[in-house]
Order: sequence, then structure tokens, then C-alpha cells
Amino acid sequence: MASEGIIRSEGRKNYLNAATTVKSWLLTLDHKRIGLLYLFAISFFFALGGIYATLIRLELVTPEGDLLTPEMYNRVFTMHGVTMIFFFLIPSIPAVLGNFCLPLMLGAKDVAFPKLNLMSWYVFMIGGSMMLYTMLSGGIDTGWTFYPPYSSIYSNSQVTIAGVSIFITGFSSILTGLNFMVTIHTMRAPGLTWFRLPLFVWAHYATSLIMVLGTPVIAITVLALAFERTLQIGIFDPKLGGDPVLFQHMFWFYSHPAVYIMILPSMGVISELIATMTRKRIFGYNFVAFSSLAIAVFGFLVWGHHMFTTSQSMYTGMVFSLISYAVAIPSAIKTFNWTATIYKGSVSFDTPMIYALAFLGLFTIGGMTGLFLAALGLDVHLQDTYFVVAHFHYVMVGSAVIGFLGGLHYWWPKITGRMYSEALGRISAIIIFVGFNLTFFPQFVLGQLGMPRRYHAYVPEYQVLHVLSSAGASILAIGFILPVFYLAWSLMYGEKAGANPWMAAGLEWQTPSPPPTENFTYQPVVTHEPYEFEQVPEIKQAREAELLRA
Amino acid sequence: MAEHATHIEGLAHHFVSMEQQKEAGMIGMWLFLVTEVMFFGGLFLAYTIYRTIYPEGFLYGSHLLNVTLGGTNTVVLIVSSLTMAMGVYYSQKGEPKKVMGFLTLTLILGLVFLVIKYFEYASKIHDKLFPAMGWYNPETTGAHGVPLNLQQPVRVFLWIYFLMTGLHAVHMIVGAGILITLILMTRKGKFTKNYNSPVEISGLYWHFVDIVWIFLFPLLYLTGYHLSVGGH
Repeated sequence: MASEGIIRSEGRKNYLNAATTVKSWLLTLDHKRIGLLYLFAISFFFALGGIYATLIRLELVTPEGDLLTPEMYNRVFTMHGVTMIFFFLIPSIPAVLGNFCLPLMLGAKDVAFPKLNLMSWYVFMIGGSMMLYTMLSGGIDTGWTFYPPYSSIYSNSQVTIAGVSIFITGFSSILTGLNFMVTIHTMRAPGLTWFRLPLFVWAHYATSLIMVLGTPVIAITVLALAFERTLQIGIFDPKLGGDPVLFQHMFWFYSHPAVYIMILPSMGVISELIATMTRKRIFGYNFVAFSSLAIAVFGFLVWGHHMFTTSQSMYTGMVFSLISYAVAIPSAIKTFNWTATIYKGSVSFDTPMIYALAFLGLFTIGGMTGLFLAALGLDVHLQDTYFVVAHFHYVMVGSAVIGFLGGLHYWWPKITGRMYSEALGRISAIIIFVGFNLTFFPQFVLGQLGMPRRYHAYVPEYQVLHVLSSAGASILAIGFILPVFYLAWSLMYGEKAGANPWMAAGLEWQTPSPPPTENFTYQPVVTHEPYEFEQVPEIKQAREAELLRA
Repeated sequence: MAEHATHIEGLAHHFVSMEQQKEAGMIGMWLFLVTEVMFFGGLFLAYTIYRTIYPEGFLYGSHLLNVTLGGTNTVVLIVSSLTMAMGVYYSQKGEPKKVMGFLTLTLILGLVFLVIKYFEYASKIHDKLFPAMGWYNPETTGAHGVPLNLQQPVRVFLWIYFLMTGLHAVHMIVGAGILITLILMTRKGKFTKNYNSPVEISGLYWHFVDIVWIFLFPLLYLTGYHLSVGGH
């Protein structure tokens, strides 16, 4: 086996060994390499955001604010939010897995604009470097939401440069979304009609729509904030005739849909994982596909639910509340259809499937508690409490990060050509699931009891729940650190994966692992719907062999 | 990559055909323009909201602007759209000399616009009408005929004016850079009858920037044109 592997790997050039110089990586136009460049960048930011989270959870072990000063605590939770949202969650699945998989799934040689794709990465790195500079020069203390007048007048921290950094990073997101939309429109292989696309592609189309329509609005908003701070023009300053609530409207017009930038790609990943791991066509394919678009569209009409306790009119609030409830419909369609797919499927509990199952449970909790907060009256009680913190972590970590990890484990053999240790994969998935729930479930209770968010000290009654949460966070940390080691280990010592280790139906599995630079050595032609597992060559062969034996 | 590129002039390695490449470029530019609409949209939203809150302030503020210069610039831009369209037309017919001519004309008109804009800005700043860092000071500059109770709303109008036209001017400068690049590429003979999508795509951008101005001109300059108060 060993000699066969060596012959194979030497006989065939793939995208990893086609060129090995540093320059060949930094100037690459190959979407697969660019995906890996993003993987390194966002892993770094995830670790950084994790360090901030650790500081937060350490501070909250005791009711007194004894570890960090109040000013320092403000900076730490702000940097945690900014890093995790703008520099990890938003680029995570689209820029890494989307970049890697999309052209492969479409049977294309690359994305439509490879140079633009590389430029997006550089733009992201410039924005990221500026944010690092911001952190090193004192950070910001406004919360990731940058609400004026605090951010525009009173804060003594590096708001302007952080704003410019987010402005720049936004363009990376816009260009990626634009690139994906054009790619999906124009680069599909012969026979690959819209309703033969994998649901991962539909999810990325919906995500790209939000990136393209929403991100420019946050760009102009933070630009205005930067002008406000440097030139005191008074856009958001009531003393000069401006309106601070306008900032909140413009901010949430992007930042609510941004939540769907984080969750939709994850939903796309889950569709792939569940179909492959149950060997079944996704139940209600069309509904799942269109619910992605519905979430993207509804997502633009609900931003006011972040502002129920501002000067926004009650009647506006009622409309926003109603539309926010409407988002639950496409989300529930997806959840029910995934569950229906698993029903009577031949389920294999490999690592990706454990992540998919974790997603189903955590997303249900995260989504349902969103409805609590969309209820006008209840929100007055829960606004700015730990209930909100727990809710959005169930969606952003419990769903988006879990989806990212599930996808990373699923496509890892394709990306690297190697298998990781399945046992360690399962163990760390379960550790993450347990640690996550222990961290964030107590926070629902804390919030309901009245613990406000963004405070570094609290009344002693809350200590038990906070200690539980911090204990959960340390378990969660172990779960996140483990994959770093066994995935790195797999690069050197992992078993060779072969083209289609999961017996999956997607086009990306019909080319060697790792794929050659041009993706396919032949022009793929698609003749059937996705998830038709009878059509997978490996499964076909096995069936035929079985029939012959019979 | 190089050996693939040579078999059809101008076709990138990852596309199958010229049609596919051209379609990708066109959809890409249209999508980019959508993002631009959303980008300017934020400021149009601010305009709408503050004009609703301060209707009179916007009338007086608008009256402070120079309609002659603004009107001239509107004509300049509309003509430049025509010359751009002619450039695209001749690039499709494969007549590089005429393409060069019309693109150069478009560039000159774009620069005329920017020069006029510069003089407008200069006179506003000279009159202390730049609403930042306490520069706008009606008390020391005779208030330009603006009643006391409207001075703050006029200030709001002025920063909207500077932000919107400033952002537009930045787009004009980028457009001028694109035109220079196109002119140089045409001179090198890069474009043929079959390969001219850069000209076409840049044309879309130029028209978009013109259209933004077509909205800005009435909203900013003409709103208070009928007023007969002090000032000019």
C-alpha cells in the first residue's frame, strides 16, 4: 500500500505540490490555495478572539471585578466581538470552504475573477493588520456595535482606525460575494442547471446576495463615523442637529443580515453533511434551496428588532417583530427537512455527522430563543442581558462555528488528501458540544434573572451560574484545541484519503484528493440531480458486485 | 497558463469561451454597481431623514449653492456620457482611433467637471461654509441670510452636501484613472472587435457615476432655487 501511495503521489501533480515556493503561495490565483490562505488568517483571528473570551470568562469567575479594570474589560469584550465577527465568522465558511469547494462543485477551473479573489485576501489582510495595530495601540472600548455618541465623542480609544479597518475589510467581503455570484451564474459545467446545484451552492448564493447588498451600507456607516470623530461634522450628534439613532438603523441594516452571512453558509454545509452521511437525497430540496433565499431577503427587513428599546416608534417595532417571526419559517423548513432526511437514512456517525447533529440541536435552541427576543414585550425585559448573549452565541458558535468545523472535517480529505483520526475527531466534537452547552446554557438563566451584558462585576447570587459557564468555556477550549493537533498530525501521518472517502455524490469528489491545479483533468458533464447516490461510481460498483454475487 | 492564453487573444485560462468571459465581466460590473447603489444609498437615506426633520433648513442650505456651476457640471457630465457611449460603440465596431478620440474627450469632460467642483468647494470653504470642526460659523460670516433658528439645520444640509458630492467626486477621480488606463490600452492595440469588454464595462461605471450626479443636482441645488433670501 505504501509503495502504491508513493507512486501515485509522485506520478501526479496536485495543487499543493505544483509549486512550493512562498511566492507561489502569496501570488497564487488558484481558488484552492486562496482558500487555504484564508484558513490560516482566520484561524489566527479565531485564536486571538478566543484569548479575549478566556479573559472575559476568567474575570467573571468572581463577582468582584478583580482581574481586569472596568476600562480594560470594556476593551476586552469589544475586541472579542470585533475579532470574532468581522475577522473570523464572516469570512470563515465562505472564504475558506466556499472558495475551495464552489468551483469544484460547479465543475469549473476557478472562480470567475481569480485576481479579484486574491485581491480580496490582501484587502482582508490589510484590514486585519490595521485591527491588530488598533489592538496593540490600546484597542477600542465601544462594544462591537460602535454606538455614537459614545464612539463619536466620549470614547478615548482607537475608534477611527478601527472604523477604517472595518471599512477596508468590508470590501474583501463585498468582492468575495460578487465573485461567488458571478461564478455561480456563469461557470456551471454543462448540464449543471440551477436545480442540480448542491445546496451548499444555493446557500452561498444567498450569502453572497447579503454580502453584496448589505456590506456597502456598513462601509458608508463606519466611514461617516470616522468623519464624525475626526471632523466633528455632527451626523450622529444631537448637539449639532444629528440623530444618533440613525447610526443604529444604518448599523443594523447590515449587521442583522450579517448574522445570516454567518449562518447561511453553515446551513449549506449541514445540507451536504446530512445528505452524504445518511446516503439520502435532501428531503424537499427545492424548499431548502429557496428557504436560503427567503432568509436572505427577510433578513434585510428585520433590523429594527435590535432597537425595540430606542426611540423607534411602537408601531414600527410591531412590524419589525412580525417580520422577525417570519424568519423562523424558512429556518424551520430547513431544520424539519434535515430531520426528515435523516429519518430512515443509512446514517453513519462519522465526525462530520456528529457536528451536523450538534448543529440541529443547538440551532433549534438558538433560533427559538431568537423568537423570545423578537417579542416586543419580552424583549424589554431581556434587552441587553445575558439572555441575548446566550442566544447569539447559540447561533454564532453553536451553529456557525459548528458548521465550519463540520465542513472542515468533511472536506479535509479533499483539501489535504489525508484522513484524520476518526476517534479523536468524534471525541473533540462531543467535547465541543458538551463544553458549549455548559458555557452558554447557564447564560440564558442568568439573563432571565437580570444579569446585564458587558459588566465586569455582578451581585454574588449569580456566581454559581457564572462559574458553570467559565468551567464550560475551559472544556470548550479543549475541544477547539484538539483538532489543531490531530489535523496537523494527519498532514504527515494520516491515511491517504482517495478521491471519495465518504462515498459522496458531489462533483468535488469526482476528482483526485488533493485536486490538480485545474480541478478536473476532463470537462465534467452533469446528467442528474445532486445527492443521487445510486449514480456515485463507487456505490454503483459495490452494488453491481453485490448483484453479481447474488 | 501562458500557453492556454495564446490560443484565443484575450481569453483567460479559466474560461471556456469569449462569451462566457464577457458575460462574467458584465454581470460582475452590474453587481458592483448594485453595491455602489447601496453605498450611496446610506447617504440618500440620511438626506431623506434630515430633509424630513429640517425641511426649511434644506431650502436655505440649498439656496447657498451655486446653481450656475452645478448646472454647467450637469451638462458637462451628460455630454461625457454621450462621448463614452460613442467610445463603446466604436470599440464594438473595431475602430481604435475613434475609440481613442472619444475616450480622450470623455476624460477631458470629466476633468472639466472636477475643476469646476474644485472652484465650488474653494468658494464654500472661503465663505466658511464647510461644516466641520467649527469652521461653519454664521456669526462671523454674516450668516448668509440664514435665520438664526435655521443655522443648525443648514449646517446639517451642508455636511450632507459635502459628503455626497465629495464621495461622487472620488468616484469621478477613479473614473478618470480608468479612462487613462483604457486610452493607453487602446493605443497599444489591446482591443479588437472581438475583445472590447473592458471598454464596455468601464462605460457602465462611467454612466453610473453620471446618474448619481443626475440625482444629486436637483436634490442639492434645485431644492431652494426659488427662494429669494439674502446671500448671493
